[in-house]
Amino acid sequence: MSMLIKNKELVEDTWVTLDAEAPLPDNPNQAVIVPLRRWQAERDALSARPGEVGVQLEPTDDVWAAADDLTAAPLVALSFPKFADGRGYSQAYILRTHLGFKGELRAVGDVLRDQIHHMARCGIDAFAIREGKDPRDALKAFEVFSVAYQDTHPRV
Amino acid sequence: MYQYNQVDQQIVDERVAEFRDQVARRLSGELTEDEFRPLRLMNGLYLQRHAYMLRVAIPYGLLSSRQVRALAQIARRYDKGYAHVTTRQNLQYNWPKLAEVPDLLADLAEVEMHAIQTSGNCVRNVTADHLSGIAADEIEDPRPYCEILRQYSTFHPEFTYLPRKFKIAITGRESNDGAAVAVHDIGMRLVRHEETGEVGFAVYVGGGLGRTPIIGKLVRPFLAKEHLRTYTEAILRVYNLHGNRKNKYKARIKILVRKLGVEEFGRQVEEEFARIQDGPGKLTQEEIDRVVAYFPRPDFDPAAAEDTTLEARASEDRRFATWLERNVVEHREPGYNAAYVSLKAPGIAPGDVTDAQLDLIADLADSYSFGEVVTTHEQNILLPHVQDKDLHAVWQKLAEHKLAVPNIGTLSDMICCPGLDYCSLANAGSIVISHQINELFDDLDYQYDLGELKLKMSGCINACGHHHVGHIGILGINKNDEEWYQIMLGGSASDDASLGRWIGRALPQQEVAAALKKIVGVYVEQRADGERFLDTYRRIGVKPFSERVYA
Repeated sequence: MSMLIKNKELVEDTWVTLDAEAPLPDNPNQAVIVPLRRWQAERDALSARPGEVGVQLEPTDDVWAAADDLTAAPLVALSFPKFADGRGYSQAYILRTHLGFKGELRAVGDVLRDQIHHMARCGIDAFAIREGKDPRDALKAFEVFSVAYQDTHPRV
Repeated sequence: MYQYNQVDQQIVDERVAEFRDQVARRLSGELTEDEFRPLRLMNGLYLQRHAYMLRVAIPYGLLSSRQVRALAQIARRYDKGYAHVTTRQNLQYNWPKLAEVPDLLADLAEVEMHAIQTSGNCVRNVTADHLSGIAADEIEDPRPYCEILRQYSTFHPEFTYLPRKFKIAITGRESNDGAAVAVHDIGMRLVRHEETGEVGFAVYVGGGLGRTPIIGKLVRPFLAKEHLRTYTEAILRVYNLHGNRKNKYKARIKILVRKLGVEEFGRQVEEEFARIQDGPGKLTQEEIDRVVAYFPRPDFDPAAAEDTTLEARASEDRRFATWLERNVVEHREPGYNAAYVSLKAPGIAPGDVTDAQLDLIADLADSYSFGEVVTTHEQNILLPHVQDKDLHAVWQKLAEHKLAVPNIGTLSDMICCPGLDYCSLANAGSIVISHQINELFDDLDYQYDLGELKLKMSGCINACGHHHVGHIGILGINKNDEEWYQIMLGGSASDDASLGRWIGRALPQQEVAAALKKIVGVYVEQRADGERFLDTYRRIGVKPFSERVYA
């Protein structure tokens, strides 16, 4: 099981991420994260399982158009295909501030130590650090800045 | 001017520590160059042809004498004794060593300075008209609003990885915009509301130069001051989500605005603005007043206008009189003047200034200009508040340090990028052309006769020298591994903003200055009374000029 930073602590990731085609896990209680389009296409089958279902957004997905699906989800994963792709920061802001999303907001993909402080301030509270980088090391990111000019997103 | 409070200082200090750690991780190999590049770029550190280049932020071009001395000291300690003023009022060092950059930044932090966001795909230094607080036609000093946006955009968590860089400029002047607001991602003009008389901003969006030069479009004719941050935020959010991220040459906001049309872009901005305009980003009057209070009118001497020595000195010394006429501009306070420090002496790379010159400028600012120094986007420096009676002393000192060449606004006061001498992007040298021009146009009286002539030169298509908006623009290109140059005419970055037109095929390096001589020759023959070069060009078009050059 891989490690995750959540609420500034290292925890085990209990969710399984599925792509558009991967079969559902045998264990019906296993929580899964699926792409937004898969959720929209297989909503009934996925909801019928006892396990929780999180939704993964790509940078090109329109948060407003999927607002109902997203706000009802227990977890939204924001994909950062390259760390220089900053769309996820605005998606996080819209989810937290405009849509009042209260669930876990998780950064996945090219997620590195030097970005996660900014991500946290946009309301992202879980970070799947890119494979090959030590997530323990990334925890140091929260010690760098103690003050900021902008209102920090209220802790969820 | 603005003084750091504890929060400002802490942010800068913590940034130094963060960057020191990032440099250490790079030097140890923990970070690859690919991983380090965006981190250093977020801090103004470029890898150029020969060395690293560090760009230091000078918010809206305003410096204290203490800061100028610190910049001189840094030039001595970490560089080869000089620095370079950029077209965005910043200062660049060309020779720092990577391992020493954290110490350099710590030295900057001691005088309330930094290199935060001077590169990278984020909001860059917010620039202002260099005649802010000086020009008689100013509606209001824009610098407090630049400072509000500086703070707002510094480490803004949402807008640090935009599709591309983002430049904001504000002018407070009713006319004669000196901040080039039409060629910025966001350009703002302080305006007075036609009916209520309230002062707010006219907002332009989507201007820019580079590969695809575009004049900015008016997206909001009037924005109340309290909405400065929230409206900017709405623009940034729409851009961050919808700007092109596939092709970096189509990633600036100007391309998005052009694609959507300014009406649709504006509609999307208004939609987002409606959600946030009364949120926590809305400015209170107390916050505006707090920042405005940092920019008081200096304690001007009411007796300054009674001086009678200036005229006498000017009539005794023609060189002094010429400098007065060329390099000194009127101040709205009677008896005061703004004096240019020309960084365009022949034989010097335009915009370069030495450590000794910086020290002198700091001394002059302390003695004669309330300790204030301003950098200009045309790559000169300004002593903003000099009394009539002190101008002669200022001129003498500047002349001793080769800073009094009376050429402001003339052909040899050219904007020039560092070009192939330093820059890893350049295709051709720029500085060499500036030297040629200085040699061929060495008669200043001839330059005066030519009147206002803005020459702008870039060593590559990225257009750091703003060639599209020069009355005469020069672009360096690479042709079969040789340096060639294209000339364009008719651009302007001011109220009458326009983009220049090419006169024809590229010329080899040795023919550029001669071609310019022909171009100004056509102007001299064809000009009507009092007509500037730009006006003559606009009247007669490009044809007579290209016929002469390619005859």
